[in-house]
Amino acid sequence: MEYRKDYFAETQTQDLTEVGVTRQRSDALGHVTGKTQYYADRQFAGLLHLKMVRSPHHHARIKSIDVAKALKVPGVVRILTAKDVPQNIYTILCLIQVEPNDEPVLAFDKVRFKGEQIVAVLAESEAAARDAAAKVKIVYEVLPAVFDVEEALKPGAPLVNEYHGRNYFTYEGHHCRRVRHGDVERAFAKADHVVEEMYQSSPIEHAPTETTGCIVVPDQNDRYTCYSNTQALYFTLDNTALILNSPFHKLRLVGGTVGGGFGGKVDVITEPIAFLAAMLTKRPVKYEYSREEEMQVSSPRAAERIYIKDGLMKDGRITARKVTLYVDAGAYSRHSPYGTTKAAAHMPGPYTIPNVWVDCHCVYTNRTPSSAMRGFGVTIGDFALEVQMDKLARLIGMDPMEFRILNAYRDGDMKAHQKQVEGAALVECVQAAADLARWPIDDRSKTASSLKREV
Amino acid sequence: MTRKRGRGMAAVNYPTGMNLGGDPSQALIHATTTGSFVVTLSSVDLGQGLKTVMAQICAETLGVPTDNIIIDTADTDTGPHCMGTFASRGTHRIGNAIIMAAKEARAVMLEVAAEELEVDSNDLTTDGAGTIHVKGSPQKSISIFNVALAAHFKHGKSISGRGIFLQPRSYPEPETGKMTPATCYAHACTVAEVEVDTETGEVAVLSLKSAYEVGRALNPRMVEQQIIGGAWMGISHALYETTEPYYPDRAHGPVDFNQYLMPGPGDLPEFANVVIERPAADGPFGAKGVGEMTANSPIPAIANAIFDAVGVRVDSLPITPEKVLRGIRALNA
Amino acid sequence: MTKVAVEFTLNTREQNEFVETGSTLLSALRDRLGLYGTKAGCHQGTCGACTVIIDGEPHLSCLTLAERCRGKDVTTLEGLAPAGALHPLQQAFMDGFAAQCGFCTPGMILAAKCLLDRNPDPTRDEVVDAISGNICRCTGYEPIIAAILTAAQGLRKPARKRA
Repeated sequence: MEYRKDYFAETQTQDLTEVGVTRQRSDALGHVTGKTQYYADRQFAGLLHLKMVRSPHHHARIKSIDVAKALKVPGVVRILTAKDVPQNIYTILCLIQVEPNDEPVLAFDKVRFKGEQIVAVLAESEAAARDAAAKVKIVYEVLPAVFDVEEALKPGAPLVNEYHGRNYFTYEGHHCRRVRHGDVERAFAKADHVVEEMYQSSPIEHAPTETTGCIVVPDQNDRYTCYSNTQALYFTLDNTALILNSPFHKLRLVGGTVGGGFGGKVDVITEPIAFLAAMLTKRPVKYEYSREEEMQVSSPRAAERIYIKDGLMKDGRITARKVTLYVDAGAYSRHSPYGTTKAAAHMPGPYTIPNVWVDCHCVYTNRTPSSAMRGFGVTIGDFALEVQMDKLARLIGMDPMEFRILNAYRDGDMKAHQKQVEGAALVECVQAAADLARWPIDDRSKTASSLKREV
Repeated sequence: MTRKRGRGMAAVNYPTGMNLGGDPSQALIHATTTGSFVVTLSSVDLGQGLKTVMAQICAETLGVPTDNIIIDTADTDTGPHCMGTFASRGTHRIGNAIIMAAKEARAVMLEVAAEELEVDSNDLTTDGAGTIHVKGSPQKSISIFNVALAAHFKHGKSISGRGIFLQPRSYPEPETGKMTPATCYAHACTVAEVEVDTETGEVAVLSLKSAYEVGRALNPRMVEQQIIGGAWMGISHALYETTEPYYPDRAHGPVDFNQYLMPGPGDLPEFANVVIERPAADGPFGAKGVGEMTANSPIPAIANAIFDAVGVRVDSLPITPEKVLRGIRALNA
Repeated sequence: MTKVAVEFTLNTREQNEFVETGSTLLSALRDRLGLYGTKAGCHQGTCGACTVIIDGEPHLSCLTLAERCRGKDVTTLEGLAPAGALHPLQQAFMDGFAAQCGFCTPGMILAAKCLLDRNPDPTRDEVVDAISGNICRCTGYEPIIAAILTAAQGLRKPARKRA
C-alpha cells in the first residue's frame, strides 16, 4: 500500500505521533496464541442447550403444536412456545420509532418463511435438544407464498405480513422512500440518449467464521448476564427488555470480541429467547446457530432489483437519472426499512446530476428476512450504478475514467437529497487509479479537481 | 479453449455512519494511580481492530504512548452507551467521543501538573512519551506517573473525562427525500483485470488496482487489512456468493462451506493499492469510515472487465460461469 | 451414554480422559479440558477452524472421535510453543497483520505448521494448498500466505538466538 501525498497536500499535518502510524493490534498476541476470549470460550455448570423447531414451509398457518413426545426425551428440561414470551411481537428498530412491530419471537399463528423459529427446546445436551426438537409435532395448513418483489406488489398477491397489511413498508404515507430533485421527465425529453436497464442481485450470507450466538447466565440478585457476539450491545439489551417486559437494569450484556460480523450480528434473535429460557429455568442457557442456520435462517444481505433510466448528452453529461429500487426484505422488517432509506440517500451515486427521481421500495416476501450487511443499502446499488456508467460511457464512445471524472461531484455541488457536497475526493481516486493501472486519461481529466468544477 | 482478457473500472463513495435514527456513542476515561488510562466503552470489535484504533486516538489526544491506554469494552454494566458497530461508524463516532473525553482528562492532568510544577497549565505540554514539561524548557518537567499519583493522593482530583458524539437524527422529508443521512464520505476507484474462459464461462480476476480516499489512515496496516479483505469480499460477491442460487426460487440453498462458494487462497488476484487522505472536518484526526466501502468498487469493476473481455453483460449477481456462458452463446447465436 | 478411557499425548503431556463414546475431540478439548484455542466454526468439517495436529498431520477435531485419539499425539495451538515464547509462525502472523477477527487463526497456524514440518521450503502454491481447507472471511488470505512464507524463511535460517 502506498500513499499519494500529492493530493490534498495542503491539508496534511505532520505533528501526529500516535495516529497515522502503524501500531501492532492489541489483540494480535491473543489471536495467535488462542487466548482471545470469544463469547463461547467459557464454561458454566449446568449449562442448558437450546435448539429451535423451525418451519419447513415458506408460508403456512399453524393449526396445532404438540410437545408431549418431545418433553419425554431424556434430558429435556423445558420447552418454550409463543405463550411463554411476554411481548412476543417486536421489531428491532422500534427503538428509533420504526413501526409497526411485525415479527414474533416465536411464531404461533403463522409462519412466513422457511426456517422461522416456532418452539425452543431446552435440554441438558445438544443431542437431547436436537432429538426432542425432532419430536415436536406441528400441523400446518400450507398457504400460497410469494417470492418475487414485483409479484408481491401486484394486487391479489398473497399477504406476507398482516402487521403491515400490505406487502411493503410505508414511509410517512408513501409506498416507498422517495427522492425528488429537478424534473427528470423534462430532461429525458431533451437528452441525446435515454438508457434504461435492470439489475438484480441474490441474497448473500455474512458467513462469519464464528456463528451467531449467546450464553445467558443467571447472576445473584435476580439479574442475568448475556455473553454475546452481538455487534450492538444496547440494541440487544433494550429490545430484550421490551420483549420480556423486564426492567432494563436486570439485564447485562457482555461482549465486544467477535469472530466476524459484517452486519450479520446486528439482529436481535438469539438473545431474547435465551434470556427468557434462563429466567424460566434459572440455569445458564446457550443458543448458538449451527452453520446451516447461519447460512439459511440468519438474515442475509437483501436481494435487490434496480431499474436505472438515464438521460445522457453526447458530450458525456448525465442530465437525468431515475431509479426504481426494490429491496427484498423477506418476511419481516428487521433493518430493511432503514437500509432502503440508505439506498435512496445513496442515489444517484457520487455524481452531480441535475434531475433525479428515486423510488426505493421495501418489499415483504416469504423468504428469510434480510437485514444489514457490509455496505448495507449501498453495495448492490453501486454494482448497478457503475455497470450502468460503463454502458453509458461506451454508448457515446467516451473513456470510462474520463466519463466518471466529468460527472463526479465536486465540493459545493447539490446532492439529490439536498445536501451540499463537502470533502469530495472521487475525482482524485479515479486519477490515482488510472495512474496505478497505467490507464491513459486526457489532460482535462488529469487536471480536474474535487475542489472546483472546471469551466 | 480460449481465454480472453479484459479490464474494467468503477468508482464509488461511501457514507460514514447513518443519522436516520440519531447516532450517538459515548466514552469514559480515567487515569489509574500510576498514570495508565482506562477507556471504558460498550463498543464491539468485530475483528476490524476497533480496540487498537481507539487506544491510538486516546493516546494522541492525551499526549501519552498508546501502550499506556487500556481499552475496557464491552460490558453494559460499566460501559456507557454505544449505538453499535455498523455503518462504518466505529472509528468516526466512538473516536470522536474518545477525543472529547480525553480532552477533558488531559485538562485535569495538566492542572495537576501545573500545581506540582508551580506554573500555569497553559504553559505545559506533553512529550508523547510519558512526561509533561514547560513549553520551551523540557528540563522543567514531571512524569505522568507522578502526576497521577499526586492527583490521587495529594490533590484529591480525578483525572477523568466524559465524551459523547451525537449526530442528531435526520428525518427525511417524505415528499422530496431531503435529508442529512450521514456525515463524511469516503471514496474509492478500482481497476479490475480479468480472464474469461470462453469454454467454461469461468472468470479469473488477475488484478485489482485501487485508490482509496480514507480521510486519514489512523493505522496504515489496519487500513490495508480492510482494503485487501474488502476487495476479496468484493470478488466473492461478484463471482461466487449467494444463499439462493436460483433466486427468486428458494431451492438449492447452500448449508455449508462446501456449497456456499467463496474464493479460496488459490483464487487471489494481484492487489495494488493507493491511499489518498483528505481529512474530514468532523472526523477524528480527519478519519472517515472505510471498512464497508472496500468491498464495493471491485464488484462492478469486475463486471465491466468481463464485458470488456467477452462482450457479455451480466447484470445480475453473482456472475456465475453459467450466466457468462449463456451470454457468450447468445452472442454467437 | 457410555464413557470410555482414552490415553493420549496432548501438547507433550500425557492425558487420561473418560470421554463419551461418539463425542468429538473438539468437544473434549473445549468442553472438558478448557482448551479454547481450538475453535468451533461449523461442526461439519467445512471451515477448518477446529484444525489440530494429530501425529504430525492436520485433522478436523469436529470430525474426529475423541476415542479414536487413544495413543495418539495431539497438538493444539496452546502447545505450539513453550509458555511465554512464540513459534515463528505465530510471530509472522503478528508481524504480518495476518489476523483480523482471529477466529480462523488457530486452525490456519496449525495447518501451516504441518506444512512447514514436512516441507521447510514451500512454494506459494504449496502454502495455498496447505490452507485450502481453512476458511477466512476477513483477511482475503493474502497476508496469511505472506506470513507463512515469512515464517518458513525464518525457520530455514541457521539457528539464531531468540529473545
